[in-house]
Amino acid sequence: MLKRLTIGAILSLGISSFALGEEPRSGGTLNFTAPYGSSFATLDTQGSPNTQEEFITQAIHRSLYSWDSNKNEPVLELATSADVSDDGLVYTYHLRKNAVFHNDKPLTADDIIYSYKRIADAKNAFSGASYIAIIKGAAEFTAGKSEEIAGLKKIDDNTLEITLTAPINPGFALMQNTTAIYPSNVADEATFGTAPVGLGPFKFKEHVPGSQVVVEKFNKYYEEGKPYLDRVNIILMAEDSARDVAFRNKEIDVSILGPTQYQAYQSDPALKDHILEVAEVYTRNIGFNPAVDAFKDKRVRQAINHAINTPLIIERLVKNKAYQASGWLPISSPAFDKDKPPYAFDPEKAKALLAEAGYADGLEFEVTASPNESWGVPIVEAMLPMLKKVGITVKPKPVESSALGDAVTSNNFQAFIWSNQSGPDPLNALRCFWSKTAQSACNYTSFSNAEFDKLYEAARQERDPAKQTDLLRQANNIVQDEAPVWFFNYNKAVMAYQPWIHGLVPNATELALQPYDEIWIDETAPADRK
Amino acid sequence: MLRFIIRRVLQIIPTIMVVALLIFVIFSVVPGTFASSLFSDGKTAADPELVARITEQFGLDKPVHVRFVSYVTDLARLDLGTSFRTRRPVLELINERMWTSLRLATAAMIFAIVIAVPLGFLAALRPGSILDTVTMVGAVSGLSLPQFWLGLLLMYLFALKLNLLPSFGYGDGSFKHLILPAVTLGVTPLALLARTTRAGVLDVLNADFVRTAHSKGLSETQVVRWHVARNALVLIITTIALLLGSLIGQAVVIEKLFAWPGIGSLLVDSVSMRDIPVVQGTILVIVMWFLVINTVVDVIYALIDPRIKQV
Repeated sequence: MLKRLTIGAILSLGISSFALGEEPRSGGTLNFTAPYGSSFATLDTQGSPNTQEEFITQAIHRSLYSWDSNKNEPVLELATSADVSDDGLVYTYHLRKNAVFHNDKPLTADDIIYSYKRIADAKNAFSGASYIAIIKGAAEFTAGKSEEIAGLKKIDDNTLEITLTAPINPGFALMQNTTAIYPSNVADEATFGTAPVGLGPFKFKEHVPGSQVVVEKFNKYYEEGKPYLDRVNIILMAEDSARDVAFRNKEIDVSILGPTQYQAYQSDPALKDHILEVAEVYTRNIGFNPAVDAFKDKRVRQAINHAINTPLIIERLVKNKAYQASGWLPISSPAFDKDKPPYAFDPEKAKALLAEAGYADGLEFEVTASPNESWGVPIVEAMLPMLKKVGITVKPKPVESSALGDAVTSNNFQAFIWSNQSGPDPLNALRCFWSKTAQSACNYTSFSNAEFDKLYEAARQERDPAKQTDLLRQANNIVQDEAPVWFFNYNKAVMAYQPWIHGLVPNATELALQPYDEIWIDETAPADRK
Repeated sequence: MLRFIIRRVLQIIPTIMVVALLIFVIFSVVPGTFASSLFSDGKTAADPELVARITEQFGLDKPVHVRFVSYVTDLARLDLGTSFRTRRPVLELINERMWTSLRLATAAMIFAIVIAVPLGFLAALRPGSILDTVTMVGAVSGLSLPQFWLGLLLMYLFALKLNLLPSFGYGDGSFKHLILPAVTLGVTPLALLARTTRAGVLDVLNADFVRTAHSKGLSETQVVRWHVARNALVLIITTIALLLGSLIGQAVVIEKLFAWPGIGSLLVDSVSMRDIPVVQGTILVIVMWFLVINTVVDVIYALIDPRIKQV
């Protein structure tokens, strides 16, 4: 598994270095695909937590921080530097002086304060409010108890002081799509949803609802010489097979691949050399509800982990488009413990554990599952005979994808299968196993372990990154031992790209999202895109 | 005639009310909410405070009967509500998408009529001939082909292999982008219409008045033009109207396959995100479209055959 990852990482780095080795060419049109739906919900991307709208944000907007795929960490984006107080609570940002909005307004501290207040405003009911809540006074502002967010202080136009509620890295929260910075001088906020104005490398040109968003190069973008492209067509293409035809027909420049296509592309000599892979920060799992008596006993949960031949399912059903999960945190996480092997497929051990727990005669439970091919009913069906062999009868309980979240957060399940984000911030990812996190928040398995809590709380207070990582690694290992879930796999995201495309990066947070300002097109592109 | 038209238009109102009630009830009991759909992709951890805020903001915390009264009151004012996802008026969203759907459905129907009606006529005039056999085999095949598969096949052939047409999208709105989705959508109505036309014409050909016309010494062309065609027209128009009315609904799959920006793809996304006002509004508009077409056809009937006005 790790060998495969290494190959994937090398491939990814190969693409980056190739891009670096050649002189980027300016000009051209990129036909990029947005594959997660048949429409964009809104162009006011502060209001949407969905990946689909992030394709627009990447082009038009910028946040205070951004994700550096090569460093695998958040980095300053709209500030050139930040001073941090000794207690890690106060950040003083020195903002870029050359950042200009598409309406020619220069970026100032006022824009950031305005944006964060808009996001946290209860009347907007934006999901990004939970990210702004890391700022002191944001919760009070959202609750309507204050007019301002106390932790936001303008020092001057180009200097902003942010006071946090805890000594955490604010980059993870303030790099989000939903925390993008908007200009404070737009009279009618409704226009953000029809003609967005941002700080990004491309300015909005046109939205054909249900078809595409077109953006054009912004000549005053703060990164000198960028973007290279003149225009990006962000095309809505939800249907895999249609995307496949369009990609092979060279009508689109990139395509996110599903398991079946991944297998087909790997065996096609014309396509196999232009595939980008990365281990994404998603953990596919089956969560067990401790309200079910059998699941109160960790030996039962461990038995299920031993009873399922996970590598076989990954090979046959997921077509190797995944890495077997050992614990909760994914391979790309700094707190991932590479020395901790995954649960071995061992039906005899599973039977012994079940017998020890008093379930020698077996048990029965249902798994609430969506139709998703990689983490839904098909996977549950593949497990059935494996679990039957150790005396466990599983019944799939199919639900529509949009009803899955409702069933889980209302604790209306015996077990569920889902794909949950487990990074990039390990501290935030493990919050979902902290006993103080509500079940309806993200502690879906109502996990409660005193030893874990102790380590997690220590990690929250730890300022030394190495020590914090070590604490989180230990906490993650406890989750693995306690097995509140069946650890299935970490998603391997795969993107096919045309040979004339350069500058793609192995973005572990979401491979489909690429930095358009880094991408360039060489001379071999079709005439209509050069 | 005016009284007939008014009566038919008034009959639409109770149908709309029943449909509105059904849609409301169905989407009040199906599991899943807009708030929970925001984190259904597992990307975002659930946020109970956000769920509470959204539930309150959109009035989803109110009892069902209160929401229904509010819905019906708004509907009476032709207000379809505000989309949860886009925070924009539903009518505005539908207006953006409706015309491309109508364009696709109309193109598909024209494609079907232009081929099916002459073929059905000729097949009926030469029963048992090669043309008749080929037409009927083609019609059965057309009805049996899954549209999704046919669409992929056409994409593969005309876009990938022959490089004649774009495989997807609306592009600049040009005719070449319309061809593949319209043909894919038009194949089923084409098959149905060809069979119906053939059956209708055969039926008329065996009628007493046609025999009388022949015995009066009229030529074959005159009999077909003045007696057969006119009488077969009622059935053909009925079929066309029913097909055109249902095409908007059928276009959902085709719109998704070809990334066509119509009302169908809006409906699919809205259902999956539980954007109930848009779902309700879109279905109502599709139903309205069906009812209006049928009413128009009824009026045309009455013009063709004055006896219908008496019914």
